Amino acid sequence: MHIIDRRLNPGGKSLENRQRFLRRAKSLVQGAVKKTSQERDIKDVLEGGEVTIPLDGMHEPRFRREGGTRDMVLPGNKKFVEGDYLQRQGQGSAKDSGPGEGDSEDAFRFVLSRDEFVDLFLDDLELPDLAKRKIAQTESEGIQRAGYTTSGSPANISVSRTVQLALARRIALRRPRKSEMEELEAEIADCTDEETRAELVAKLEKLKAKSKRIPFIDPIDIRYRRFETVPKPVAQAVMFCLMDVSGSMSEHMKDLAKRFYMLLYVFLKRRYKHVEIVFIRHTDRAEEVDEQTFFYGPASGGTLVSSALQAMSDIVRERFNPADWNIYAAQASDGDNSYSDGELAGMLLTEKILPVCQFFAYLEVGESGGSAFDLSDSSLWTLYERLRNGGAPLSMRKVSERSEIFPVFHDLFQRRETQEKAAP
Amino acid sequence: MTETTGRLFEGADWDFHILQRIHDACENVAIKQLGLDVYPNQIEVITAEQMLDAYSSVGMPLFYKHWSFGKHFAFHEASYRKGLMGLAYEIVINSSPCISYLMEENTATMQTLVIAHAAFGHNHFFKNNYLFKQWTDADGILDYLDFAKNYVAQCEERYGRAEVERTLDAAHALMSHGIDRYPGKKKLDLRAEEKRAGRRRQHEEEVFNDLWRTVPTGPRKSRTVLSIERRRKLLGLPQENLLYFLEKSAPRLAPWQRELLRVVRHIAQYFYPQSQTKVMNEGTATYVHYRIMNALHQKGRISDGNFLEFLQSHTNVVFQPEFDDPRFSGFNPYALGFAMMQDIERIVTNPEAEDREWFPDIAGKGDVMGVLRDVWANYRDESFINQFLSPKLMRHLRMFHLHDDPEERAGIRVDAIHDDRGFRRVRRELARQHDVGFIDANIEVVDVDLSGDRRLILHHHVIKGAQLNETDAKRVLQHLADLWTYDVSLIEVDANDKVLREYVVSPRPIPAAA
Repeated sequence: MHIIDRRLNPGGKSLENRQRFLRRAKSLVQGAVKKTSQERDIKDVLEGGEVTIPLDGMHEPRFRREGGTRDMVLPGNKKFVEGDYLQRQGQGSAKDSGPGEGDSEDAFRFVLSRDEFVDLFLDDLELPDLAKRKIAQTESEGIQRAGYTTSGSPANISVSRTVQLALARRIALRRPRKSEMEELEAEIADCTDEETRAELVAKLEKLKAKSKRIPFIDPIDIRYRRFETVPKPVAQAVMFCLMDVSGSMSEHMKDLAKRFYMLLYVFLKRRYKHVEIVFIRHTDRAEEVDEQTFFYGPASGGTLVSSALQAMSDIVRERFNPADWNIYAAQASDGDNSYSDGELAGMLLTEKILPVCQFFAYLEVGESGGSAFDLSDSSLWTLYERLRNGGAPLSMRKVSERSEIFPVFHDLFQRRETQEKAAP
Repeated sequence: MTETTGRLFEGADWDFHILQRIHDACENVAIKQLGLDVYPNQIEVITAEQMLDAYSSVGMPLFYKHWSFGKHFAFHEASYRKGLMGLAYEIVINSSPCISYLMEENTATMQTLVIAHAAFGHNHFFKNNYLFKQWTDADGILDYLDFAKNYVAQCEERYGRAEVERTLDAAHALMSHGIDRYPGKKKLDLRAEEKRAGRRRQHEEEVFNDLWRTVPTGPRKSRTVLSIERRRKLLGLPQENLLYFLEKSAPRLAPWQRELLRVVRHIAQYFYPQSQTKVMNEGTATYVHYRIMNALHQKGRISDGNFLEFLQSHTNVVFQPEFDDPRFSGFNPYALGFAMMQDIERIVTNPEAEDREWFPDIAGKGDVMGVLRDVWANYRDESFINQFLSPKLMRHLRMFHLHDDPEERAGIRVDAIHDDRGFRRVRRELARQHDVGFIDANIEVVDVDLSGDRRLILHHHVIKGAQLNETDAKRVLQHLADLWTYDVSLIEVDANDKVLREYVVSPRPIPAAA
């Protein structure tokens, strides 16, 4: 009999099959993912989880018989005698769901891991690669200790490791210790008897010869510290969330904006090892705040968009060197801005912000129902549209319903051949 | 085999040394006391995740890759995570050596149970039952699966994954009709099969297809020369093994596609005995583990506490809910099989007058194991139930027979119950429920219209009015037509040859070869 421990074998033997299955079901799953993500909170959605896809297409058909007269033998008869009749619908008709019921297609449920889910979720999205300063893949190299080696430069000799090995070798080969020989020499000096003396001298000679044969440090003991170069990713991104929090922004609008930011965050997280978020809220003056304050803090006042843009520009200058950081910004607003501010905002955008940004998205949020959008374009929309027509790399969309967030996001980041024209 | 007395283990923990002792103790009982005859055992300890993996590729340790196994994995995993499904304690493979998988989470008692159940019960059954002897090749299966896995991978490399997937999908759809149901052909020798595969491919590439030798050159001459009977005979018709037929006669399959059909067919055939012997197989294993555990307990090799733990699991396994219980989902093969084995033991050792009348051959014979070994070797579920289900057991389980005729307005009729008038009818009906030949649709290729459009004609012989599910039938036929590459028609006929329904499916265009 053999007993074999297979526990250490790599699990996930089905992984490949699972991937094949996902590949095959991709369009179905993608559809399901989108549908689920509209129904659920984005936060939950990005946890991965169960999606339901129609069995059709994933079905493995077999010839199956159904209908006709059926006979069955069952256990547990309590009161029937031969010739009794049982009601079909009610209890007692056992398990039959009724023949000839037609072919109802069950939906097939399964659980996607978080990664699988996000992958499918973001599958055909891509970061707009505008005027790139530093390619995301660029990596610098760092150095890291990586154990010991038997060859290297003298500067890297590891003394302690070398001595350690030498000691072990000396003990193993029984190299005489210095004290041992000194003792012997002293004994010889004290010795009077010729015969013993000769014996001791011979012994001493032997030890001396042995210590010559077995060196104190042998080249094979020497160890060098080993270093390895490891690539250090510099791929990092910063995301600026700009939001108008003036009184006209309702909870619903903030909610829409939040969803958009979350998507953007998840998206960036996939592409960069390190993502920073800067929350800037503004009324007629702007401040950098934490997330909690950003979405839930009460604030009110007039509206000056330029203040937020100025704040962003300042922060970039202080903390995020465009040479090292990929900079993204998403601005959410209901579109109100004081008319006099337009000029300044436009100037800040074209001169300070857009040149350092990978991508700048403007999201105009509206009340549920979206009737407000039927009116004329807001002042901010008009301004941005003018800039965009002038060739600025701006993306802008209007959103008024939760369910629109994902499609809009998707739309903005859709992989496409010709991006909205990049700034030089 | 050093210790023959004393506790095998204490508490719930086990290690490999203990597993070895457990195995030896079980072996001692199984061989010496029960007289079992088993393949060498190989016991493999795996994790729950690996158990799930094994589940989804039909329990086999190595299998070719296919998306449907991924689907099953996703499905099992989802229901396992949700707690809808417990994992089996063991999976055992009909091979030599006989491989039993044990889960690491099991307690020492459970490992003992599983070893007794799988490594001796199932193992003995696999080695001795005539169906397995006839249809499976325990020595060759693992090598063959290995070959299949590599072969499929090779095909994917050479002909593209999509192509291979299409062929396998089609083959899987026809898998339940890729079986030779009647012996006569020689036993599978999978090793030789594998060796010949290469040569065969070569050969088939060169050889002229039999089918097209029969294509008429001129209408008049052919009709006289080639009678319908002769043509059908040449094609080996009627043929119920659809995969075999396609492999041999489909006109436009590439040699590698034929080989894939062959692989799927062999695997279907390998599993065929298992589907015919669920009640017997599980009954045997359960009976054997019950005997072994009791023997170990009597010898004091497992403690009372551990024995109680065993009884708890055992009782769960052989639990048979009654038909009006919400947990009821048909007869539990473990429960039915075990009850019948115990019943046979009773009849052999302590029969009543009724038993002597019903089972004159075995009643009071005394040699329980002799009788059981004989039963295990020579029956399958259908014949086993038909032969050995006793009135006493029918009464005990309170079995009754329902007849459901949709035409009958009054409802479902109780046709027979567990009384003198009903015993034989109940028994016959239950046996029939376990007859795969009866459960699977009876479909066969009857003809190929060679003088016309090369249409393949199949018949489904409808029994008791049960026709094919339409959606599924169309899909399967689509796969069939894709392999045949000409129209396929399936005619459902009843016992009087009256046509009930006809399906005609045309092949989908073959995508341009890569």
